[in-house]
Amino acid sequence: MEITRFQVDGKLAELQIDPQTPLLWALREQLGLTGTKFGCGMALCGACTVHVDGNAVRSCVTPISAVANKRVTTIEGLSNDRSHPVQRAWLQVQVPQCGYCQPGQMMSAAALLAVNTNPSDEDIDNAMAGNLCRCGTYARIRKAIHVAAELARSGK
Amino acid sequence: MTLLSRRFFLFGAGVCLPVLFVGPSLLLPRSSVFAQTNSTNNEMSLRAFRAVASVLTSPRCLNCHSSSDGPLQGDDNHPHAMNVRRGVDGKGSAALRCFACHQTENGKALHSPPGAADWQLPPLKTPMAWKSLSTGELCRTLKDPAKNGNRSLQDLIPHMDTSLVRWAWNPGPGRSLPPLSHDEFVSRLKEWIATGAACPE
Repeated sequence: MEITRFQVDGKLAELQIDPQTPLLWALREQLGLTGTKFGCGMALCGACTVHVDGNAVRSCVTPISAVANKRVTTIEGLSNDRSHPVQRAWLQVQVPQCGYCQPGQMMSAAALLAVNTNPSDEDIDNAMAGNLCRCGTYARIRKAIHVAAELARSGK
Repeated sequence: MTLLSRRFFLFGAGVCLPVLFVGPSLLLPRSSVFAQTNSTNNEMSLRAFRAVASVLTSPRCLNCHSSSDGPLQGDDNHPHAMNVRRGVDGKGSAALRCFACHQTENGKALHSPPGAADWQLPPLKTPMAWKSLSTGELCRTLKDPAKNGNRSLQDLIPHMDTSLVRWAWNPGPGRSLPPLSHDEFVSRLKEWIATGAACPE
């Protein structure tokens, strides 16, 4: 079986597994990064969202072969010290209820803010529509994204 | 039979027999022959385009050539779940890009995301929106470089051979196929172009 090399949260990973293995399971089972959650397994809920080369992707349907030589960022790698504006905003607004979907929500929010530093409600709704929350924390998610955008813009 | 009359008989037969075999068109004035040829070409072209249109208006094409600001799904052309947007480049909005879910191959499970290389909608600048167009409107849209991505008629042929277009004939489980085979579709497209690319009213 061939070896797939890629970067995860700034560190080199080399995995000798089936190239069709979903990235989600490589992260959770091979690398022990369990912050990324399994929700539906069919790219329908967004719980498994990570970044590949800065773009939000659903790791449950992304084969490990698709990330060869690429840069993967998980919720564990968003920052080393909870200093990312999204992490700070999520704490400030106290977004989570059960929390299961929140890693995916935060990774999508971070991907949005990377390309849009001052998103409107509509921009947020469009970007976050693929991340489901059965607790219904959508209003707090939207508020937290506005807070995170303000934190990032102010450089605080 | 005298030599003269024998010659006349042979010469006359040599002229008349081909006329009998090729039909009455040779007996018409030149302008009428052209008119008849043009009319025949026009009919062939219209027939060819109707066949082409049957594919272009199938769900596999129409769901991305939608007239809304986002893709459609399924054989009933319902709006894509998750409020997916076209985006400026046709590849989705920030943080919800097409490739977030669509890989370069189909998902194997029923209802899992289909996939092909370069999965996208037409870009915002030239959305190539076909839904709700009449066959004539669809034809004129397809021919207009301002509305077809700045393509000549000849440029349409290689577009139909891209992996994304070819995906329509390998759409994964639970999705219907276009009404013609890919070979027949391309053949009818070429025929439409070769016969003058006529459009229905």
